[in-house]
Amino acid sequence: MRCRSVHLLLLPAVLSFPVSALAVAPNLGPSSPATQAQIAALELAVKNAQSAGDNAWVLVSAALVLLMTGPGLTLFYGGLVRRKNILGTMMQSFAMMGIITILWAFIGYSLAFGHGNGFIGGFEHIFLRGVGLTPNPEYAATIPEQTFMVYQLMFAIITPALITGAFAERVKFGPMALFLSLWSLLVYCPMAHMIWGVGGLLNINGGQWPCLDFAGGTVVHVTSGISALVAALYLGKRAGYPHTDMPPHSMVLSFIGACLLWVGWFGFNAGSALSAGPLATSAFINTQFAAAAAALSWTLFEWLQNGKPTALGAISGAVAGLATITQASGFVQPMSALAIGTIAGIVCCFMVFKVKRFFGYDDSLDAFGVHGVGGTIGALLTGLFASGAINAVFGNDSAGTPRPTGAIGGNWHQVLNQAIAMGIGWVLAIVGSLVLLFVVDNLFGLRLSPADETSGLDLSQHGEEGYELNG
Amino acid sequence: MLKIEAVIQPAKLDTVKSALIEAGIEGITIIEARGHGRQKGHSEFYRGREYTIDLLPKIKLEIVVNDDMKDKVIAAILAAARTGHIGDGKIFISPVQDVIRIRNDERGEAAI
Repeated sequence: MRCRSVHLLLLPAVLSFPVSALAVAPNLGPSSPATQAQIAALELAVKNAQSAGDNAWVLVSAALVLLMTGPGLTLFYGGLVRRKNILGTMMQSFAMMGIITILWAFIGYSLAFGHGNGFIGGFEHIFLRGVGLTPNPEYAATIPEQTFMVYQLMFAIITPALITGAFAERVKFGPMALFLSLWSLLVYCPMAHMIWGVGGLLNINGGQWPCLDFAGGTVVHVTSGISALVAALYLGKRAGYPHTDMPPHSMVLSFIGACLLWVGWFGFNAGSALSAGPLATSAFINTQFAAAAAALSWTLFEWLQNGKPTALGAISGAVAGLATITQASGFVQPMSALAIGTIAGIVCCFMVFKVKRFFGYDDSLDAFGVHGVGGTIGALLTGLFASGAINAVFGNDSAGTPRPTGAIGGNWHQVLNQAIAMGIGWVLAIVGSLVLLFVVDNLFGLRLSPADETSGLDLSQHGEEGYELNG
Repeated sequence: MLKIEAVIQPAKLDTVKSALIEAGIEGITIIEARGHGRQKGHSEFYRGREYTIDLLPKIKLEIVVNDDMKDKVIAAILAAARTGHIGDGKIFISPVQDVIRIRNDERGEAAI
């Protein structure tokens, strides 16, 4: 009853509408030019809104990744060395912030992300030629290519900076900067190109051995970690190691640095989604879960072993978890991230406590033990735990379900591809580092003189003291 | 004139300082030192390895007094710094040849 009376009331309005509409806009119909123009304008507005969200997140992520180098890594490493070496240690990472930026702008970006062959990009983008503010759909369709470029720059900066942990307290500033700069061109750029660059040998889209590396487990942590081991072995131990105790001069600084690394890592992993959508959310959550799980597992392992949970163990565990989850961050379920983190904490702790002592090499700040090993197991664990439901990198099957990406979905072949990519990373890192160490050392000498090593990096290399006790 | 040097536990500094002021001492030098006597150090962990810290933080006091103040000052320090445990510290007494006030060149006991 009520319905009919409502209809009756509406009838005049309904009847009058077409008449009045016709009177106001004579061409208002679905295919009229005005409507088409309005739809196009709306589509553009939606696209711009999505771009705005994506661009904002990736720019923030770029800033977060730079934060990881300075002050994250500078404080983390700085606190772990002896007082006389604090400034020198910080300068090593800071130098990368300056030098790699220039190199990246001139040639690095082109070598990593330009079109080339399976191993290296070419020179199409030297001096950032052709890299403008419009998106490059081969990499990220909704953000300016320069956003992508500057975001990747921050990765290129932190990767060589990580290596400095291996030869802490014993190298000359200039030759070190030269070695790492050449390393970024000879090792980092090819690895980045192979895994992330268009046409790369290991690219998930079309590569010969498609490798899943969401944010750089192989590109960043394996290359830097293995190079760190090579450098530590080549340069030899610090004077007095291991019978002289060289405890951290400031665990406080290291603690702050580690926490900055943890927070910055959200930019490192979640930013690698290159968009502000649900994939970024997945990577963000996996990052947090793995860091926490690893911090706990390392701490518990140490507590059981030695009777006390150390602050250094806790923060090292967190960093190990973060390094390990990097490769998997945009591919796995949250519970998998917890598992990955737990494994990372225990394995890396074991590496640093037992294996390092057994072999006796002086990887001073555990760049290999944490990043190298973390990256290596992370590469393999990614193949194990990758889930098509989180990130359908291999598309959907005919029923519309995402194809399995990792072993838990049935794609055991992926573990092999991960191993191949990781293996190539190992080989490239070893060969590249050895060649560069040999060349730079023979041209300029890398190792500090014994006298300079005794007086410390700050005074001998920079003519400064980190802490002015008489000030 | 005598110089009294006392190596004490850092935790006892405030108590000893108050006791000395009460005893009439006006000038004191405090040095942050490290050391040990028969006290063993403590152990700390670095990267899973246990190592011993045997240079422990100490406070060293130096005061110069007239001969007649000696017993009063020593009694004050002993009462304030003693806990009865190893690590309490030691007091050393030595003769002082001269004391000079830099501001006005006063010398001898008047400069203390």
